[in-house]
Amino acid sequence: MSSSPSDWEVVIGLEVHVQLHTRAKVFASSPWGFGKEPNEQVDPVVLGLPGTLPVVNREAVEKSILFGLVVGSSVPEQCAWDRKNYFYPDNPKNYQLTQKDFPVVVGGQVEIELPGVSRNVMGEHKFIRIHHAHLEEDVGKLSHAGSGSLVDYNRAGVPLLEIVTEPDLRSAAEAEAFLRSLVALLTQAGVADCDMEKGQLRCDCNVSIRRRGAEKLGTRTETKNLNSISSVRDTVIYETARQIRELEAGRTITQETRGWNAELSRGYILRDKEDAHDYRYFPDPDLPTLRISRETVARLQKLVPENLYDRQRRYVEKLGLPFTAASVLVANRELAEWFEAAAAVHPANPQGIANWVTNDLLRDLAASGTAGALLTDEVLPAVSLASCPIKPVQLAGLVKLTDDGVISKQQAKEVFAEMFKTGQEAVAIVDAKGLRQNSDTGELEKIVQEVIADAAVAKSIAEYRAGNEKAINALKGPIMKRTQGKANPILIDQLLRKFLG
Amino acid sequence: MDEPLHTLSAAELGRRLAAGPLTSRALCEALIVRYHAVNKKVGAFTHLDEGDVLAQADASDVRRKAGQGRGPLEGVPVAIKDNIAVKGQPLTCSSKMLASLVSPYDAHVTERLRAAGAILYGRLNMDEFAMGSSTENSAIQKTFNPWDLACIPGGSSGGSAAALAAGLVPLALGSDTGGSIRQPASHCGVVGLKPTYGLISRFGLVAFASSLDQIGPMARCLEDCELLLGALASADARDMTCFSPSDRALTPAGDAKKLRIGIPKGFLGKGVGAEVATAVTAAIEFYRSQGCAISEVELPSADLAVPTYYVVATAEASSNLGRYDGVRYGHRSASAGTPVEMMTNSRSEGFGAEVKRRILLGTFVLSAGYADAYYMRALRARSKIRAEYLAALATVDVLLTPTVPTPAFKVGEKASDPLQLYLEDIFTIPANLAGLPAISVPCGKSGHLPVGFHLVGAPLSEAKLLAAGRLFEAAHGFAHQQAAL
Repeated sequence: MSSSPSDWEVVIGLEVHVQLHTRAKVFASSPWGFGKEPNEQVDPVVLGLPGTLPVVNREAVEKSILFGLVVGSSVPEQCAWDRKNYFYPDNPKNYQLTQKDFPVVVGGQVEIELPGVSRNVMGEHKFIRIHHAHLEEDVGKLSHAGSGSLVDYNRAGVPLLEIVTEPDLRSAAEAEAFLRSLVALLTQAGVADCDMEKGQLRCDCNVSIRRRGAEKLGTRTETKNLNSISSVRDTVIYETARQIRELEAGRTITQETRGWNAELSRGYILRDKEDAHDYRYFPDPDLPTLRISRETVARLQKLVPENLYDRQRRYVEKLGLPFTAASVLVANRELAEWFEAAAAVHPANPQGIANWVTNDLLRDLAASGTAGALLTDEVLPAVSLASCPIKPVQLAGLVKLTDDGVISKQQAKEVFAEMFKTGQEAVAIVDAKGLRQNSDTGELEKIVQEVIADAAVAKSIAEYRAGNEKAINALKGPIMKRTQGKANPILIDQLLRKFLG
Repeated sequence: MDEPLHTLSAAELGRRLAAGPLTSRALCEALIVRYHAVNKKVGAFTHLDEGDVLAQADASDVRRKAGQGRGPLEGVPVAIKDNIAVKGQPLTCSSKMLASLVSPYDAHVTERLRAAGAILYGRLNMDEFAMGSSTENSAIQKTFNPWDLACIPGGSSGGSAAALAAGLVPLALGSDTGGSIRQPASHCGVVGLKPTYGLISRFGLVAFASSLDQIGPMARCLEDCELLLGALASADARDMTCFSPSDRALTPAGDAKKLRIGIPKGFLGKGVGAEVATAVTAAIEFYRSQGCAISEVELPSADLAVPTYYVVATAEASSNLGRYDGVRYGHRSASAGTPVEMMTNSRSEGFGAEVKRRILLGTFVLSAGYADAYYMRALRARSKIRAEYLAALATVDVLLTPTVPTPAFKVGEKASDPLQLYLEDIFTIPANLAGLPAISVPCGKSGHLPVGFHLVGAPLSEAKLLAAGRLFEAAHGFAHQQAAL
């Protein structure tokens, strides 16, 4: 009897390789970055020349510890490096320095948010446990050109933090949500930039399935080297379907290492268990065990930013922001901090400020090309608001002018546009444009009475008095015309009702 | 003033250079003449860049004239084992694999020697990648013992020891992983010191077994050895296993006549030759006569040292030598194919038999299913040996044994029996496993071949070892001895 897909549960564990944001490589003083000529960023240590020795880059260790603190792991007293031996031309020493037994991060968890039923409804939250994360060196890149092979060691020795989850993920959506959260945590803490187009985040994806309710895990496959969130999602979907098909056809799942062809959206076998490498791990004799002092941990603890979901809850619960605005703001730490700086200047109306930021500011930034990525649906990289022409205090000033009735909402839009163009203060723009509302009751009463007396609006007055509320709007146009649009619309409405009542 | 320059000590040469009229150029020219007369017979040097040497000598003479001499080694030549990097000079490790390699950088010790004003004088032959006890494993040439050209000089720093004994150079650098400084020093009648692990930076020393390797000074007398040690030992942030400035103070020598000397129980049973035993026993009696307290100590795990060493050292070597694959530098096989085939062929062609034997052994002991039985077990044995040595050295200042059980053997005599050759290091290996300083001091002859005794001390007790050696040397006149060639 065939079963439906819902009879099966998928179990996913991820190994996420993240290039850390550091100036120098992990065991050498050579700098690294994207877009250099091949083999420009190498030195005798990176190339593994005879006699050279690795030296641990403290910045890389500290960024790793910071990640541990971000995910709430208990920072170990010490960490150490091992050699993973294998021969391949992209590996300058033919061993990779990695951490097998004493990783720099042990435990921790990442909160994830699943998509809600619609954009403005918050989805379910879950915690995904981190098994450990270890600090290792990246390898070079081998390419085959014509009859020969070429190797570029610019990437060799780039600090790589491999973050290994427990098998806590249960769907492609959860895997996707996990990676989005992880990227947000890493970028917001300044641990990594996670630019996937530059290969700064790569993922190995372990998938197995079991009958719903079963305890024993099924045989897993590992799909290696996925370089985008969508590839991980597609791999999980593909691999789940494939494994269900295999098991339901009475076959078994082989523990194997697989690859993913993103263009064809298909997985393929790289090697099976029999071909598994014997890496002959042993403790690296060149790098002594590194003690991690509690002073270092305390110093790094101060650099841990507010967790994005804690921040989101605070925005919704304490500041009264709608979920949609809160979720947009917290996805980018700089944007959230920009918003908070503005809200601190004008604490009376955080919702108003959030509206301006998430609608007008992001739209104009995107249009001016300074922060296009802020609006993209894929991961949110660390985008700079430094070039934003409006300062938080200026936006707060604009919202306050509106809230105080000095300008109308319509006028505020005009002021915002000018502010974005020139970076001037709201008050200055209002004064220069003569945009101040007329709220002089005495003057407006006179004008209102004159308009009411005009025979041209008699029909509308009659309709209003007959119960057609909207008919009153026909009187507002002539009033605005006489005041060059500056009349306070709320005051006019009140006066009209008073005199027509 | 009539002694030929090549017979003088480094310290004496330094003094004469400082006083004048001797110049570094005159000294180097004299040594180059000696080199042309003698090196062919001994085979100590594999490379000597005469032009570069004389340019360095001239620069030194200019410095001295300008009153900018850099100390006691100013203008004094130091020859360097071919596994220590000197910018612009070959770094072959006496291997076909690296025959074409020229180092693009200086080792830390090379920088130290330059800073001391020394002349970097030529490259010395060695067992390939420092693997051997006779220098017969060099892929470049054989080196012969200056005291008997039919015999081996010891190894792996055989070129260093032979160059000193042949009067080719006053000072030399060696490296010691299991006895590679001390064993050839003993065989050639010179002084060789293996420092405490971490005292001298390994940056620029081509790794054999990283947790055991140390660079050390070799000389014809204790004074010179101490002088060179002083120049080499300094902190270096590029080697994380090298002591930091705050951790490297040497224990003061104290009065050598008050040393407590421990004699490991039963050492004479370990295949020690009769004349070696006689010479070493005489040395023990000398120290007793000077007032030293002699006592017997037990080191129950000492027999584990050789097997432990050959597991740990080969395991590390199998990984350290992985980088020689023909991809970036060194020998590349002409028979192409896939990149991995090219790597395999390059290694098959580039390495000699002993290196391959150790890579295979090291690969085996680290392999899945065997690592627990061999490598992990060896690490435990190593800890035990270290603990026993440290405990013994808490009750005595130094441990005294022969350096090598028997004197130098004939070239080719043990070439077919690697296991027999491995026993050459039976007395020297524990100091490497335990990270302790140790020295070989000449103490007599077995026939016409030199014999040395071996002292091991607690970490950073180099000054005591040197003081003990000086006491013996002063009474016995072995200093500056050279073979007649």
